[in-house]
Amino acid sequence: MKLIELSPPGKKVITGTLTFTSEDIIRFARKFDPQPFHVDAEAARNYVFGDLCASGWHTCAGWMKVFMSYWMTEYARLKQEGVEPPKLGPSAGFRKLQWLKPVYVGDTITYSTTLLESRPLASRPGTWINTTLNDGVNQHGEAVMRYEGTVLEFE
Amino acid sequence: MEARYFFEDFVPGGVFPLAPKQVTAEEIIEFAQEFDPQPMHLDEAAGKASILGGLSASGWHTASMFMRMMFDGWLSQSSSEGSPGVDAMEWRKPVLAGDTLSGRSTVLESRALRSRPGIGIVKFLHEVENQRGDVVMRGENPIMIRMRAAPEAAE
Repeated sequence: MKLIELSPPGKKVITGTLTFTSEDIIRFARKFDPQPFHVDAEAARNYVFGDLCASGWHTCAGWMKVFMSYWMTEYARLKQEGVEPPKLGPSAGFRKLQWLKPVYVGDTITYSTTLLESRPLASRPGTWINTTLNDGVNQHGEAVMRYEGTVLEFE
Repeated sequence: MEARYFFEDFVPGGVFPLAPKQVTAEEIIEFAQEFDPQPMHLDEAAGKASILGGLSASGWHTASMFMRMMFDGWLSQSSSEGSPGVDAMEWRKPVLAGDTLSGRSTVLESRALRSRPGIGIVKFLHEVENQRGDVVMRGENPIMIRMRAAPEAAE
């Protein structure tokens, strides 16, 4: 089964939620993005974001984490129903990533993915490239993150 | 840390080196376990069997490592106020365990932000290479950077 058969273009799939704790925000930021507003609540007050907030890369990694959890469940469900799940591969990158609002301590982000298009790769027969619109929305209904991702799919 | 680089120091064509980074198998697996548990990011044999050709970092891990390389290379010495997003990022080659990454941020353009006096937005081209000189990641992104405080009015 191809992804486009499982999830028609334009259909938004909610993949799940992730709550950003102070501990998780600081742990990620200390490793990858130790700017003051991602590691120190007191210092954060002197910056544009105004309070401790997650690195944008943490918000993106959170999308991936929630998607993988969704996908593993979906994969098992299809197998159980005797359907061969789409063979998804790596991604070549993304476009138009917007960090629309900061993700603050205690925010719960609901992530989703919408298939935009699926096209065969001329350079690699038997391989398709899927473009998806991926979103994150906080508990107030405000969009915090959006990007157009790509994922390879094999025959 | 007292900032050395302000908005005014980022002129088109300016080049700011990223700090080098050695990528370990342990870090690749640790990131993948939390955020992107696909076989090629968790296991050497599965990586070898994939089109990536070895235990390879999640694209989000590569992006996060790039963030730290940028922080250590120059961002920590700047008056950065964070970023609204990433126009495009390409994961052009796999980042494999044992790779040593290096690279640079090049200023493409800069302008004052009308909505936030005292802050400008600088657009960069970021390039990350491995030890063989292959570009593994390339991205374009705007960063908000505070202007040098106007000297006290010399009246």
